[in-house]
Parts: sequence; structure tokens; C-alpha cells
Amino acid sequence: MNKPLIDRYKTFDFVRRPVKPGEVDVSHKTILYLEDVSVSFDGFKALNNLSLYIDNGELRCLIGPNGAGKTTLMDVITGKTTPDSGSVFFGQTIDLLEMDEPAIAQAGICRKFQKPSVFENLSVFGNLELAMKTDKGAWQVLFAGLNGEQRDRIEEVLTTIGLTEHRAQQAGILSHGQKQWLEIGMLLMQEPKVMLVDEPVAGMTHQEIDRTAELLLSLQGKHSIVVVEHDMEFVRSIARKVTVLHEGSVLTEGTMDEVQNDPRVIQVYLGD
Amino acid sequence: MKSLFISNDKTANVVLFSLIALIVLVPLCNAIFPSASALHFSAYTVSLLGKYLTFALLGLSLDLVWGYCGILALGHGAFFALGGYAMGMYLMRQIGERGVYGDPVLPDFMVFLDWKELPWYWYGFDQFWFALPMVLFAPGVLAFVFGWLAFRSRVTGVYLSIITQALTYALMLAFFRNEMGFGGNNGLTDFKDILGFNIQSEAVRVTLFMISGLALIGAFLLSRWIACTKMGRVVTAVRDHEARVRFLGYRVEMFKLWIFVFAAMLAGIAGALYVPQVGIINPSEFSPLNSLEIVVWVAIGGRGTLYGAIIGALLVNYGKTVLTGLLPEIWLFTLGATFILVTVFMPNGLAGLLLKKGGERRT
Repeated sequence: MNKPLIDRYKTFDFVRRPVKPGEVDVSHKTILYLEDVSVSFDGFKALNNLSLYIDNGELRCLIGPNGAGKTTLMDVITGKTTPDSGSVFFGQTIDLLEMDEPAIAQAGICRKFQKPSVFENLSVFGNLELAMKTDKGAWQVLFAGLNGEQRDRIEEVLTTIGLTEHRAQQAGILSHGQKQWLEIGMLLMQEPKVMLVDEPVAGMTHQEIDRTAELLLSLQGKHSIVVVEHDMEFVRSIARKVTVLHEGSVLTEGTMDEVQNDPRVIQVYLGD
Repeated sequence: MKSLFISNDKTANVVLFSLIALIVLVPLCNAIFPSASALHFSAYTVSLLGKYLTFALLGLSLDLVWGYCGILALGHGAFFALGGYAMGMYLMRQIGERGVYGDPVLPDFMVFLDWKELPWYWYGFDQFWFALPMVLFAPGVLAFVFGWLAFRSRVTGVYLSIITQALTYALMLAFFRNEMGFGGNNGLTDFKDILGFNIQSEAVRVTLFMISGLALIGAFLLSRWIACTKMGRVVTAVRDHEARVRFLGYRVEMFKLWIFVFAAMLAGIAGALYVPQVGIINPSEFSPLNSLEIVVWVAIGGRGTLYGAIIGALLVNYGKTVLTGLLPEIWLFTLGATFILVTVFMPNGLAGLLLKKGGERRT
């Protein structure tokens, strides 16, 4: 991406509020800023001048028909895809476009994938241990042990995701729903500030869906959560604010009722 | 894992204790029985066994890279050869005035090329304390530079394999050139002494054999320890799902680089032990074919188990010695056929077969 020599949004350093490196400045109550973000793949505009703001501690649902750009949006935030234009900020000060995936993850933006991506050859416990927020340099990892506090943390998350009895089991033999839960557990182990959750309830039973809704609702406030989901019933059960994406930009935002009664949304979902 | 020496995996224990038995029994037999006895190993046999052990160490190092980290390196022989050249340069400088041309400083091939001075990169190699770290340093630096460039640019899969193959091929061509100052085509040979002892003597042969065995056991235990740490788990996670590890906040390229350099150094040690036992190092050690053979050993033995690589390297090389002695023409066909059969019918190699028999499931 070509960066302009002078950025008109940037002021002199001494005007800025002092922020410790690595600390997220949420003094304006917004934790994620996406402004005029565009991404195109071979001429196809996956994101088209998209602007989106996520408040600190909120639970936001993203919906939209297939190809609306939901997953691309997550790719941009987590550093997998570099946008052609636009800016993405984490808090007031951290420019996510200057960082790569590990740096963004360590800064506190974590992601659950659409397809459950757990490490099938490791145990449930091993998966959580790997995700745990700690020093992730090669030498530190070589000599890393678990202290009591970290063990307690893993046990706590195991209880939260209901997999305590399966802790020694290989993750590969878990059911689909359990894998989804394990991956949510891996997110929790990272103690993220922002959780990006892509289709958390796909393949879950009704009971599991209810428990997932409960879990996500209990997490809001502590974490800012962005959920992408197709299951409207689930979205209705958790959503305070819903953003509808269409053809790479924001169509509308509001409560579930407002959104569902919006004629543009109805048109996008049902066609003419 | 219960302790450093005893593992939950029975086959691993069998392999480990067989190796210990081997490096104790061979010198013991040679000490007890007179040289005429059938139980006395000749210097040739001892060196042959020692050579197998260095190959096993080489296979082990590739298993770390391929079996654990998922990097199919088809140029691993380059690190082995570099370690070998470092040792060869030391042995060359030990010849001194006993060379054909009797030059006290210059090795024979330099006199033959009419060189007047020792090239700068040969300085220090008359000292063992200098040559020894070079055995680790030369392959380590190459692996670091290559790995840094390749892993940071996220070159993976078949592309990476092809580049590693090109790397070793390029090195082979370079070392073939006389101007490089490594003996060109003929390489380095005609060694006399190592640390002042006659390299041909049986005692030195037996000692080299024992050191090879100890190096193999040490490398095996160290590698197994690494595999059991969190580092080992991160590395297997990289093998299974690289992108996901990155999103957990790990710098994947650093872990790959770490394992790659460590394995290259092990390969360097193997090369350094190989050279005094076979008495020659030449550019054909860099040939892509050699590197492919290492992959075949590991595939046959079973990757991702460490001991599988040891079994594979020992069996294939024993088979090679026997078959190339009896029917030299069919060796490559046999090797190729074995490789195909193993890939199709035993994807986890011999180790996988043994595990299935033992009723255990590999994790």
C-alpha cells in the first residue's frame, strides 16, 4: 500500500495524549475504527469504502448475505489481508495496518475461524495451553512451564466451555460443537480486548446454541465482541446492535427490530 | 514421558537401549577377542557401523524439520556436507609435510593448482578448537540465512522443497570448482591424523564409532526433550495449521527458523563424524540425490517419531551396502520401489507399523 508522505490525520507527537506502548487508548469509547476500507481481489470489490466503529465492551453482530464481505472484514482487522485503501485503528493510537498477524494477536485482537480450527493432534488442555496469553518468543517457549496461576486459568476456561472431562482427549475426536467451544476457549485464554467470532454456532444443537449465547452475553463488557452469524434466531437472542453488510459496505445499523423492518435489508435478503 | 531415558513408547526405549548396547558391545568385543576371532570387528566393519550411525543422526535431524515442523527439506544433505568439509579442512591441515608435495602449510591440491598462499577461509583450521565450532557454525549460518529469507517470505510447501533442492545443487556446482579452494572434484582426502592419532588405527576407528553413537543418543534425547516442551507442541501445531498459530500470536517464521538451524547443526555434526570414518569428503555429498535419500530413510522409518528416522537410516543403509555389493544395478530400483510401497501402504512407515502392532495409537 502506498502511504502518503504526510498524513493529515496525524498531529505532532507532543499534542497526543501520553499512552504507554502497547496500551489501547479507548478514551473516546471506541475500540476499533475502520474508515473507508476497500479491498479488491482481481477486480472484485470485497470491501467497498467500508466504515465501521466498534465501541469498547460492546457485543456487535454482523450479518449480511454471502459475499457481503464479512470474512474479508475480519481478515483486514487481523492482518491477513492488507486493504487497498483506508485506515484501521485499534483504539486511538495503534495502526493495525502497520502490524502483522502475530503482532495484532498479541496486542489483543483474537479471532475464531468460520471452520473450527483447533489443533487436532494436541489434547484439549494442550490447545488451551498453546493459546494462553504469555511470552510467545521461541526461547521463552522452549523453557516454558506452567505455574499454578496459569493452570488455574486453564481449568477455569475448561469449566466455562464445559470440556473439563475431556481435557486429556485429543482435540481431533471432539464433536463439531465441542470443537467450536474449544476454539472459543482458546480465544478466552488469549485474554483479548477484541474477539472476532466467525459463525460460532454453526453445527451446534439447540442446547449448545443457547449456552453459546449465554457465554457470549456474559463476556460482553469485559471484551468487545464482533459476531458474524447466519442464524438469525441466535443473532436476535444476543444482539443489542446489528450491522448489515451488503456488497462490501455497511447497509444499515440498528437494533434487530429496526434492521429487520428496514426495506433495504428485506430487499437484499429476499431480492426484488 | 516418564523421564529423560525411559519413554512411554516401547519402541523408542528398544531403539535407545539397542544403541547403547551397540556402542558398548563393539568396543568390548574388540578388546576381549583377538583379531583372528569371528567376534572381533575389523576396522572396516567398525567404520561401516560408525558411518551408519552418522546417517542415523542425519535422518534424525531431518525428522525434526520434516516430521515435526512439516518442512519437506530436500537439501538437508548440504548441511551434512558443510559439517563434513569443516572437519575435512582440519584433517587436511593435519597432513602437513606428509603430503605428496611436502608443503608444510598448503594442502596438496593447492600446490597442484600453483597457489602460493593459503586462502583466508582456511586459516585456523589447523586448530581442532577452531574447526569444532565451525562444524556447527557453517551449516548453522547457511540454515539461518536461507531460513530467514524463505520463512519470512512465507515460502512453503513444494516451492520451499524446490528451493532447498536448488540450494544444495548450487553448492555442489560451487564446490566442484577448483577456484573455490575446497579441492574441487576430488574433494579432501588422504587424511593422516586426528588430534595426533593415526586415523587408520583400529583404536581411533573404535573411538570414532563410539563418539558417533554417543552423538546420536545425545541428539535423540535432546530432540525428544524439545518435542516434549511447549516448543515441540508449537512446532507440531505449525505443521498442522500454520495460519492458526500465527493468529495465536506466535511468530511462526521464528519457530521454523529455530528448528531448521538446530537440525542443520545436528546434520553438521553427523557430517563431521562421517568424514574421518570414510576418509573423504567431496562435492558429490551435496548432490540432490543424497538429500532425497535422507527423505526416503525417514519416510521408510516413519516420520514424526525420531526413532523411526534412526531405524529407517540404519536399515536402508545396511540394505544399500548388501545390495550394492551383490547386485549394484538394482539398488536404485529397490530403493525407489521400497519408497513407493511404503508411501502407499505404510504412510507412517515402520514406526507406524510397530505402533499399530503394539496396540497403541499415535498421538
